[in-house]
Amino acid sequence: MSSETEKILTTDGIPLEESLKQAEKKNKIKAFLLVAPLLLFLIITYMIPIGDMFSRSIDDKMVTNMLPKTYKAMENWDGKELPPEEVFEAFYLDYKILVKNKTAGKLQTQLNYEKNGFKSVLKKLARKQKKFEEGNYKEQIMKVHKRWRNVEYWRAIKRRAPSYTYSKYLKGVDMYSNEDGKIVQVSEDRRIHRILWIRTVEVAFFVTLFCFLMAYPIAHLLATLPMKYSNLLMICVLLPFWTSLLVRTASWMILLQQQGIVNDFFVWTGLVADDNRPEMMYNKTGTYVAMTQILLPFMVLPLYSVMKTISPSLMRAGKSLGATPAVAFFKVYFPLTIPGIGAGCLLVFILAIGYYITPALVGGASGTLISNQIAYHMKSTLDWSFASAMGLMLLTGVLAIYWIYNKLVGVDNIKLG
Amino acid sequence: MALPKYTEPHYRIWHYFYLLICGCVFFFLIAPLFVIFPLSFNAEEFLVFSDGMKRLDPDAFSLRWYKDMIYGTKNPWGLAARNSFIIAIFATLGSIILGTLAALGLSSRHMPYKGLIMAILISPMIVPLIISGVAIFFFMAKVGLAATHLGIILAHIILGTPFVVITVTATLSGFDHSITRAASSLGSSPYNTFMKITLPLILPGVISGGLFAFVTSFDEVVVVLFLAGLDNTTIPIQMWTGLREQLSPTILAVATCLIILSVLILLTAELLRRRSERLRGINR
Repeated sequence: MSSETEKILTTDGIPLEESLKQAEKKNKIKAFLLVAPLLLFLIITYMIPIGDMFSRSIDDKMVTNMLPKTYKAMENWDGKELPPEEVFEAFYLDYKILVKNKTAGKLQTQLNYEKNGFKSVLKKLARKQKKFEEGNYKEQIMKVHKRWRNVEYWRAIKRRAPSYTYSKYLKGVDMYSNEDGKIVQVSEDRRIHRILWIRTVEVAFFVTLFCFLMAYPIAHLLATLPMKYSNLLMICVLLPFWTSLLVRTASWMILLQQQGIVNDFFVWTGLVADDNRPEMMYNKTGTYVAMTQILLPFMVLPLYSVMKTISPSLMRAGKSLGATPAVAFFKVYFPLTIPGIGAGCLLVFILAIGYYITPALVGGASGTLISNQIAYHMKSTLDWSFASAMGLMLLTGVLAIYWIYNKLVGVDNIKLG
Repeated sequence: MALPKYTEPHYRIWHYFYLLICGCVFFFLIAPLFVIFPLSFNAEEFLVFSDGMKRLDPDAFSLRWYKDMIYGTKNPWGLAARNSFIIAIFATLGSIILGTLAALGLSSRHMPYKGLIMAILISPMIVPLIISGVAIFFFMAKVGLAATHLGIILAHIILGTPFVVITVTATLSGFDHSITRAASSLGSSPYNTFMKITLPLILPGVISGGLFAFVTSFDEVVVVLFLAGLDNTTIPIQMWTGLREQLSPTILAVATCLIILSVLILLTAELLRRRSERLRGINR
């Protein structure tokens, strides 16, 4: 062999190294082309719309677009004293167009959010502005209502100048930014969203806990029984899993109603009097019971698939080395099932935190969750930007849980059945 | 699971206690489904067991709610069932095609940015449904597909593909790639190789992913609630409205039919799983 390393050539005369690289590149493109249709489809119909939710939630162009001249004139105004004549003139011209197009009502509502009492001031201006003469608008406007002399009202208009806002997010946690731009809490009796957030997390946590406590023994039984028995029992887990969510919710509505079977049973055992049947539906109890049963299979299946791989000889070895069954269980068996516990708890918690159907049907007023609030704003109040803001807050929470889980356990452990 | 003879009494008690707990949990899981079945044959309008039913009096049972479900006046169920099946079938086909292709690409060892792409592909499964519903509604409203069958089908493809991607990727993880290389070396075209070698071997995974996608679409309410107009109500939507307004026994008749459907799906899924395990056993 010569000292000079000769390049190995393929039959085409291209160096082997290059030829391999080309083939590699070709394979990469091939693999990517297979994924591309679904990836593109999801990006266009799913990822971008979620991003769109964000721009919707901070969007505040409405007022900005309604008063273009005013905001241009306000650029040089420092906000300490009453604005100069050109601001008054610009506002008069903007407002005149709005009144003519019959869209002044929107501006009145929006500015009233910013400063209470603005609506009546603007309404009066709408009536009087028709008789305005040209020139010296400052005098004329201030004559219409004395509040126009109050610089606070002009500051309120200026606050709406930016075309984006984070006020919807503040509203989601029962806060708002007051006249001085400070972030403060809303009055005690109006703090409804915080209660909902706490309740959502609480329900999700306890449902996960109940599911875990119930799923662990039966997953263990399924994993240790001989095949022919466990297959039969597995049906008890899989049949609810494949059955429609609404069917299962309907069956709970029948069971839990006041004349329902559960109450009949309580009366029969003498736990409660016949004329004093407890309300078990349309409150938190109903939500807990129904959600636990509905989400239970999602806990059993990952636990089962992990327990199935644990050899029974490990427990026997522990016992033969002198451990009592309890010690052997907690020192040997339990640690081995942790990936399954993690996967099951993550799945159930994430599903529970975004649950909508069951709480809406059996939850009543005290059992509804944050997603019910989102749906309410989407369908009833049509405050879509607020619904988007709440949705994104929920999504951030879910992604944070997912991220923590990935750091602790790793997502690769998730299996379906 | 019989206990050995030498078991001490307190372990014996503990063991029976454990079996009792398991029994209760299984009862809790399965019993609610069986309440629907007898009540759907109730001759009366109330959703409680009448005295006649408790005595097993044949007059207390009837098929009237099933008749109402099929022949009732102003009956929404026929249209809803047709819509549900059309939407679910097309959504399943779409999910299978897109999902299988993506899974094939993802399990190639040449695939760049595998983790990131997988995260995007299965994200519709992780994101709470209500958020997916809002986002998809905004998109469909923008492109003018809200309240159309196509819009709902596309939405259900979004929700269904993660299941296909996951099941097919799992099937492909045990796939011996030298088989396809052998086919190519024997002169088979890539298309032929896929149809004759790869597809039959991954078929159980594809079908069980398809079943997941079908059930997801057939049972989906949240997204459809945002998207559906009057012409595209589905069975879940009708049930949802029925459950909110008044619980009529007709709903229970529908629910019984749905339970029978889910038993069929369960049996299919189980058969497929066993077949897939057998095939993988041979591969090893």
